Amino acid sequence: MKKGILWFVAVVAVIAVFIATTISGLNLGVVEIPSATDGIRLGLDLQGGAMITFEARTEDGSAPSKADMEIAKTVLRKRLDAANYTEGTVTAAGDTRLTVEIPSVTDPEEAVALLGKTAVLEFRDADGNVIISGNEVKSAESVYGQVSENGANQHHVVLSLTSEGREKFTQATKKAASQASAEKNYIDIYLDETLQSRPFVDASYASTGINSEEVVITIGSEDSLNPAGGEESKTLANIINSGRLPFALEEIELRSVGPTLGEKALETSLFAGFIGLLLVMLFMILIYRLSGVVASISLAFYTALLVVIMSLLKVNLSLPGIAGIILSIGMAVDANVIIYERIKEELRVGKTLKASIDAGFKRAFTAILDSNVTTLIAAVVLYCFGMGTIRGFAITLGLGVVISMFTVLVVSRFLLYRLVDMNIKSLKAYGA
Amino acid sequence: MFSKMENKLNIVNKSNVFFLIGVIFALIGLVSLIILPFGVNLFNLDIDFAGGTTMTYNMHKQLDKAELDNITAIVEKATGAEISSAQKSGDGDEQVVLKSATLSSEQRDAAFNALKEAYGLHDGTETVAEGETAHTDVISVDNVDPVMGNDLRNSAIKAAFLAILFMLIYIAIRFDVRSGLAAIIALAHDVLVVISAYVIFRIPLNLTFIAVVLTILGYSINATIVIFDRIRENRKLIKKTSFADIVNKSIWQSATRSVNTTVTTLLSIVMIAIFGVTSIRNFAIPLVVGVVAGLYSSMFISGAVWVKLTKNANKA
Repeated sequence: MKKGILWFVAVVAVIAVFIATTISGLNLGVVEIPSATDGIRLGLDLQGGAMITFEARTEDGSAPSKADMEIAKTVLRKRLDAANYTEGTVTAAGDTRLTVEIPSVTDPEEAVALLGKTAVLEFRDADGNVIISGNEVKSAESVYGQVSENGANQHHVVLSLTSEGREKFTQATKKAASQASAEKNYIDIYLDETLQSRPFVDASYASTGINSEEVVITIGSEDSLNPAGGEESKTLANIINSGRLPFALEEIELRSVGPTLGEKALETSLFAGFIGLLLVMLFMILIYRLSGVVASISLAFYTALLVVIMSLLKVNLSLPGIAGIILSIGMAVDANVIIYERIKEELRVGKTLKASIDAGFKRAFTAILDSNVTTLIAAVVLYCFGMGTIRGFAITLGLGVVISMFTVLVVSRFLLYRLVDMNIKSLKAYGA
Repeated sequence: MFSKMENKLNIVNKSNVFFLIGVIFALIGLVSLIILPFGVNLFNLDIDFAGGTTMTYNMHKQLDKAELDNITAIVEKATGAEISSAQKSGDGDEQVVLKSATLSSEQRDAAFNALKEAYGLHDGTETVAEGETAHTDVISVDNVDPVMGNDLRNSAIKAAFLAILFMLIYIAIRFDVRSGLAAIIALAHDVLVVISAYVIFRIPLNLTFIAVVLTILGYSINATIVIFDRIRENRKLIKKTSFADIVNKSIWQSATRSVNTTVTTLLSIVMIAIFGVTSIRNFAIPLVVGVVAGLYSSMFISGAVWVKLTKNANKA
């Protein structure tokens, strides 16, 4: 009997520490565990921000190429950085669309105008004179390989210009190379009036200028052991290509939530969830007494576990996501209810407590499994068709189903058997 | 709790009454769906599927009819587009929700600037003390191009069909075809009742609709499966009773579970419906309706249909 109490108290204590750690973090001096509630990332509908989807529309209606979409993505990324929206993200949505998410943006229309405008690419000399513009670029390609005959492999961009562009470029590089002593031997690459790159022209070109089919722009170091610059090289190639994008980016969807609405949405739904959780616990204890207490403990554990797993998986918590959590709280106790009803029936037939709990878990298992699988199917399909914030709902609902199976079949079960060890036999204690 | 109900109310014998009640609640949804392709739209279609723009601004004063008309006139003049509806919202009716066909970014900007002039609103660009964020009276802006709306609708329909298909395959494997059919009829009832709720309460039909429907499908099938599981078990244990009586007995044996689970689920979602912001409330209300419908159909429809299907099969 004593052993039962000890185990029961020990498990409850562990769960209590776990919940406390989840909420406020834990500092043991040696190890510091950050609070999981702080680790949860909020979706735009909760922290405020804008989600903008652009569609690439060509003049003749043909489909844009994959490479061109990559270029457009880089342009959007660069524009976000230039406008100081460093937390913004750009993701591809299908073959012709790009979705931009910007947290805490106050003027969404400004962002739409800024991101959607036609890219202006210019090469300028040290004095700021425009040498060539985007439409004089034939192509720019990121390559990893030798630049000179005996040199090591390195990332670089191979630039190819139209014949007019090539002529202007030769003149400009000739002039630049001659100014090497004044350290003005460079060509600036501008996107939308923002300096993106400043390649230097070797002084040896002072008499001829760079006059070649393919111009090489090297990136970073020549260290063959550490070939850095792969990303930079790709980005630079995309930027140089942006000036000849054959399509316009048109905004086809905008979802913008002001910070006040997001804050209010978060506050009210957390409050609703908290009250809901308390009411469910109260109901379970009223109906199932001692086993209701067990259900409430495992429900509290369930909620904390869900929060921790969401923070570990870096799931974005959206407003429908919170609804999914709250809904899953109500449904998580379902398995408890099925088992407890079964236990009560077995007790009424006159079985011993231990036999009743055995039978309760055994007989309820198929019903619990079948019903959870169907809900999981709904969650997985919703996730795969990932439409906006609905995806958040699918994630929390699906996680909830899986985690609740664990807490019921492992935690509730363990605690119930400890009640048996404690020899609590009164049927009333189990709500029968 | 329901142990004595078994003899008092025989659900299977009285099934016609219960079917009728089910049909009444499902009818509005069914009719609304049938007449939709014929151009009669009883739904409050949101911009997600129809395309359009919704702008919500904080006007910092209690709005009445005259004020709303004034706002509409200002915005229509600034954008050159028709505002299809202007409604007040918020705790003190201080917010205006403007709906229209899809507006361009420039038009939306013009709309807000005109209102900013007229009502002295803030756009969030004012200089503020360090550490504070400039506040803007633009509460939310949603714009969906009809092209996007079309795509969203198509993928929503695809998602719903796939989910239903997979669930059916699972049930067909776990149970037999007749019970699977009975479960589908119960599901159809629940979805139609939820759709009726969308029509009756004028709930905006948007992307969350699909999440609501799938959740209700999963939830309702849960409830039905628990009862069918019991029927399956009792059929093996009880030999001399008719199938109809076994079904009736199983339903009442599972009734406490059915009701208690519905109560716990309702306790949590009703809280969202009470305390939540508008968008989440529009999500919670049909869920509440669907959960109750799921309880009803699992207890009063699915089992009785199974009996009917079995009887017909035996006659033939």
